[in-house]
Amino acid sequence: MSKQADYVRRTVQERGIRFIRLWFTDVQGFLKSVSISPQELDTAFEEGMTFDGSSIDGYARVQEADMLAVPDPSTFQVLPWHDDEVVARMFCDIVKPDGSPFDGDPRTVLKRNLDRASALGYTFYVAPELEYFYFADSGPEPQALDQGGYFDLTPLDVAREYRRKTITSLEKMGIPVEHSHHEVAPSQHEIIVRYTDALTMADNIMSFRLTVKEVALEHGIYATFMPKPLENHDGSGLHLHLSLFSGEDNVFYSPDGTLSAKGNQFVAGLLRHSREITAVTNQWVNSYKRLVAGFEAPVYVTWAHNNQSALVRVPTVKRDKPSSVRVEYRSPDSACNPYLTLSVLIAAGLEGIEKGYELPPEVADNVFAMSNSDRAAAGIERLPETLAEALDIMERSDLVRKALGDHVFDWFLRNKRKEWDRYQQHVSRFELETYLPVL
Amino acid sequence: MNVGLFPEECSETLSAALAIAGVVPKAVGDLVTLTPEKAADIDVLVVELGDEPMRRIRYIGSAAEALGIPTLAVIEPAQIPLLEGAVGITDMVTTPLNPAEIGLRLRRMVRAGSAEGPLRFHDLELNPLTYQAMLKGTPLDLTFMEYELLRFFVENQSRVWSREQLLSKVWGYDYFGGARTVDVHVRRLRSKLGEERAEWIHTVRSVGYRFG
Repeated sequence: MSKQADYVRRTVQERGIRFIRLWFTDVQGFLKSVSISPQELDTAFEEGMTFDGSSIDGYARVQEADMLAVPDPSTFQVLPWHDDEVVARMFCDIVKPDGSPFDGDPRTVLKRNLDRASALGYTFYVAPELEYFYFADSGPEPQALDQGGYFDLTPLDVAREYRRKTITSLEKMGIPVEHSHHEVAPSQHEIIVRYTDALTMADNIMSFRLTVKEVALEHGIYATFMPKPLENHDGSGLHLHLSLFSGEDNVFYSPDGTLSAKGNQFVAGLLRHSREITAVTNQWVNSYKRLVAGFEAPVYVTWAHNNQSALVRVPTVKRDKPSSVRVEYRSPDSACNPYLTLSVLIAAGLEGIEKGYELPPEVADNVFAMSNSDRAAAGIERLPETLAEALDIMERSDLVRKALGDHVFDWFLRNKRKEWDRYQQHVSRFELETYLPVL
Repeated sequence: MNVGLFPEECSETLSAALAIAGVVPKAVGDLVTLTPEKAADIDVLVVELGDEPMRRIRYIGSAAEALGIPTLAVIEPAQIPLLEGAVGITDMVTTPLNPAEIGLRLRRMVRAGSAEGPLRFHDLELNPLTYQAMLKGTPLDLTFMEYELLRFFVENQSRVWSREQLLSKVWGYDYFGGARTVDVHVRRLRSKLGEERAEWIHTVRSVGYRFG
């Protein structure tokens, strides 16, 4: 037995842990959990725990139902929000009964993409800014808890206490928080998490979303990562700060203070493939209500050093801090599947490096103020406007098919087409209010 | 805590009590043929005297003592006189069995039998045998690598370690992630230790880290 697994066994005994939760993620990014007892630990490590894969979205058809969840002992963590009993969790990899990795498992998909990066000598680091809303409940009319604004520190910000408790829980789980604040929209909050390697970060984002929701639930309120719950306010983005290391060296660092040549190529890869990967980074019908002009979300495929409307931002970094050089990808929303999102981002960036893409010029102007013809003349493309458009573009993308693998790629398209078709049938409040009185 | 059990086919009451105590025992096979290699990862041995008490007391005397493993005898009250003069038995429980008592005695034996006592730094305590960390008497929930890094720091206080040194001493040379892994784990340890204690791990600019 590995040292890591032995450590888990000892801790389970010493802490008197009665249940261990095995966590994994479905294709749309919902967290799934199977509980096991300490007596089942050895079997779980050696063989995995059997479950019915056909009950998980995007996993399997009924005839190939049996799947095994194999816990990763390095992710063993006691959960901080249970006071009455000690409960721990481990993230799992999903394997088929013959022991081979299961292609429908998003964590396996990300590992495969990271293996590709490590074969090129790269380690991929990620730091996210996560935004979410607190509402009174999960009912269809969102009720904000306050009217606080950006960085407000007033009694109006009643949710500050919930945010503080969330941060304490995150830190106890080994998810260090850099910074947090009230966002621009009412009841909207942002927590910035310290960077770590991409696989751990995808796991952390899953833990983060659950922690935020658990703490809210404890206080009788509701937390949501829905991309755009309030039509007149900003939506909830998941800005991802990405960096690539080769051994001890930041691949993006250049002594002259700009990005290195490979950094430029990586950004060029992100930009060139951004329209293909948008269905994954913004996977819901509602995601596209966030990607509109007039709010702090990107709409056009541009990059800049300091322009909040750019899709890719290259933050200025102090010259003596080479390890902080990074690029920020700003379109993903808080309700994406982090494993699949990081998979397509690393694939797009690496494609840029491998094929030596050339970086288009920086767009420092306000892209929204330009006319359509000016934008066309400057070669500035728009991100897909709807889920349907994003799916059409994704379907033609070899890059996304390769990054996700056939199983996830095909299931994702089928599932999301159905979501779009259901939405297309829906007669919205907008239509009733606008058309019914006059037509 | 790794618990060895003899005989493998113990009574149902004992196996039920062990399960309730949260103990997942390992079968050790025949006590007579127990070698130091086989016993290497066993911290404590549970032997049920059962229906052949004298034979098992002899086995314990020859095997367990030679191997230096603390041994808990599980006995009937009527068997108490048999233990007079028996060697190798560290502690005992009598029927009817109390699972909480078994758990407590096993943990105490492991702690007492540990050559390395707990490591201490202010209100932090690390038990090298059970891999448990306590802060102000409350369990501190660390991952394995976080525990290993903290233990290294506590054992090697007051000197500066470079990231590369920490990587090779705590992770081993073959680790792929590079020295940035050290930064990530230090930051995680600091957040788990909490704000007041975060500065125990001191960053020495462009050199590395110093503990204490």
